[in-house]
Amino acid sequence: MSHAAAPAVQHGDNYINHTPGIKSWLGTLDHKRIGMMYLFTIMIFFLLGGIFALGIRLELFSPGLQYMTQDTYNRFFTYHGAIMVFMVIIPLIPAAIGNFVLPMMLGAKDVAFPRWNLFSYYIYICGALLASSTLFLKGVDTGWTFYTPYSIRSSSSATYVLLGAFIMGFSSILTGLNFIVTIHKLRAPGLHWDRLPLFVWALYATSVIQVLATPVLAITLLLLVLERTLGIGIFDPKLGGDPVLFQHFFWFYSHPAVYIMVLPGMGVISEIIPVFSRKPIFGYKAIAAATFGIALVSFIVWGHHLFVSGQSEFANMVFSLITMFVAIPTGVKVFGWVATMYKGSLRFNTPLLYVFGFLFVFTIGGLTGVFLATIAIDVHLTDTYFVIAHFHYVMVGGTIMAFLGGLHYWFPKFSGKMYHETPAKIGAFFVMVGFNVTFFPQFIVGVLGMPRRYADYLPQFTVYNRISTIGSWILAVGFIVTAWNLWRSLKNGEKAGDNPWGGLTLEWQTASPPPFENFLYDPVVTEGPYEYRGDKVYLGKNA
Amino acid sequence: MSQSEAGVVLAADRHHAHHFNTANEEFDACKQGMWIFLVTEVLFFSGLFVAYAVLRVFNPEMMHEAHHLLNWKMGALNTVILITSSLTMALAVSSTQRGNIDKAVKLLWVTLICAGGFLIVKYFEYAHKFHEGILPGAQWHYEELKIAKAPLFFSVYFVMTGIHGLHVIIGMAIIYWLIRRAKRGEFGPAYFTPVEITGLYWHFVDLVWIFLFPLLYLVS
Ligand SMILES: [Cu+2]
Repeated sequence: MSHAAAPAVQHGDNYINHTPGIKSWLGTLDHKRIGMMYLFTIMIFFLLGGIFALGIRLELFSPGLQYMTQDTYNRFFTYHGAIMVFMVIIPLIPAAIGNFVLPMMLGAKDVAFPRWNLFSYYIYICGALLASSTLFLKGVDTGWTFYTPYSIRSSSSATYVLLGAFIMGFSSILTGLNFIVTIHKLRAPGLHWDRLPLFVWALYATSVIQVLATPVLAITLLLLVLERTLGIGIFDPKLGGDPVLFQHFFWFYSHPAVYIMVLPGMGVISEIIPVFSRKPIFGYKAIAAATFGIALVSFIVWGHHLFVSGQSEFANMVFSLITMFVAIPTGVKVFGWVATMYKGSLRFNTPLLYVFGFLFVFTIGGLTGVFLATIAIDVHLTDTYFVIAHFHYVMVGGTIMAFLGGLHYWFPKFSGKMYHETPAKIGAFFVMVGFNVTFFPQFIVGVLGMPRRYADYLPQFTVYNRISTIGSWILAVGFIVTAWNLWRSLKNGEKAGDNPWGGLTLEWQTASPPPFENFLYDPVVTEGPYEYRGDKVYLGKNA
Repeated sequence: MSQSEAGVVLAADRHHAHHFNTANEEFDACKQGMWIFLVTEVLFFSGLFVAYAVLRVFNPEMMHEAHHLLNWKMGALNTVILITSSLTMALAVSSTQRGNIDKAVKLLWVTLICAGGFLIVKYFEYAHKFHEGILPGAQWHYEELKIAKAPLFFSVYFVMTGIHGLHVIIGMAIIYWLIRRAKRGEFGPAYFTPVEITGLYWHFVDLVWIFLFPLLYLVS
């Protein structure tokens, strides 16, 4: 099979116009179309979760209650958290960008199980709709962590949100399973393990976490549903059950889930940096290994969420120590990235700006994480705004910045069009400034003792909250400018060409937008993905 | 690229999905996918096993008292039934691989009947418990056992065996689907992927029961 099949003439020449009509999209098995469907759907939920965030900040503009009751406020922060975690950040990079890019990076025609891929999209939709339908019922007020025993007794519609998250978990598991098998079985000839792009390594590690951790969340949520409907009592102290057991189960999933959110972002960063520095990545193997180091450690640190739960002192100390170990592989990565950029010929396009944003924000988020891992400090800061600021620096800084960088980086590949550079940079600037203005004051107000999850606060915290709320508006402007610019670029952007950035990974070695089965020839790989040396090429065409 | 590399177990002309190079590659991918799925299943059940372990470590006497309400003979009968079905499933796979489809269909029917038998036994056990009021957690109204937290043992019992039973029902549906496809002549030495990976699933369902039986029925 040394020659490629000629593209069928009755079809369009790329995946977008390959077959016409909305029905051909809704029933598609093409990983690229499924990726784009995920992208649009997730963006809708991102908007919804963002509206709740703006509502929270608006209420907190002044002390006292202005716009909502305590109950409404509880619902706002619960929806904000649950939507952003389960419907946005977890699927964001793997299911949207990863679905599109992963098979192309491997030189494959599709993921291993295209039908399951489409199925996972629809179960995501079902779960997300079921969970959001509670907006029109009694809402949900438990916080996204659903801590027992309150979540057992809450008279809200928590059961449906739990079932929704349970269902979305299967979507996540299926995506992870599909990616693992794809990476194992569908690599192009010559694409050995030590030639895999780092984004692929990141998705691999993420998939392993998805496959290993999500089932534990699934059974936990199911038990909680049975707790609410049948009163099985396993987590219910009134019936002799153990509410802290729920916390262990929940964080056994949800700490690794932080890395489901962050590792793909790190993978995006690892792609953008060498391309925009025109240099081979520094420490390829170290970064790939660190990815797995982080994934491994992520499974044994969940107890740091239970320092104040009555867990034994010894367990606290062990969890505290292991948590600090996460800093080592993370440091290895940051060092590799910075060393790659050092003396590189940097091109300051929007993707690289987001990389800088990522490095700045993520470093603060990571360091405050080490800070919080210290038991004495954690006990003092638990349930204050310091924790809120910390995990927003990690999750928004780590994931959203990397996502926006990746979105601009691959936009020409997705659409065949170039985005407009200047408005994109303006958008990036507003996102960066808005993010820091929103969340930095929360570190301070947290140290000063402002607790999370309250609609009201003491008057001395007013100035910090005002700054934070204004920041949230700047951030919103950044997102709106970015979305508007990309939308406009879809319509009137310049033709991008196959490889506008001069990337060496396989997805750039085909047309933009790619043809139906990705490549019009069978790619054969002869070198690593970041070999920017003279005129050497990564790819040999199998003629 | 040649398709006649060493190690190909499937006929080269066998139809396969467009994104695989060979039918053999497709078979490997499906099998690996099923193995990973079974890993997720192990972790899914592991949550229940941990809940069980926590209960047992802190309430050994209660577990001992409560488990006497279960009928170990019924449990043992079901263990025998499921092990038999695992055996017939394995034989069905090898018959398919050898091309003896008539025999494979018969063996799949035996597997299906065993699974049905398992559920019937389970039905009688459940019905008896429901009748006595031996129910999970808050539903409990059985008067004769006055020991704290006994209802929690039955919460764990019903959730574990209930989820396992659900797996049996799903397995039965898949086995029936295999029988239909086998009768249409879709399987043979050139293509037996669905039979083989359903076999893996069925052995897993059997294995879970082999853990559940001593843990629930034979607490000592
Ligand atoms: Cu954590």
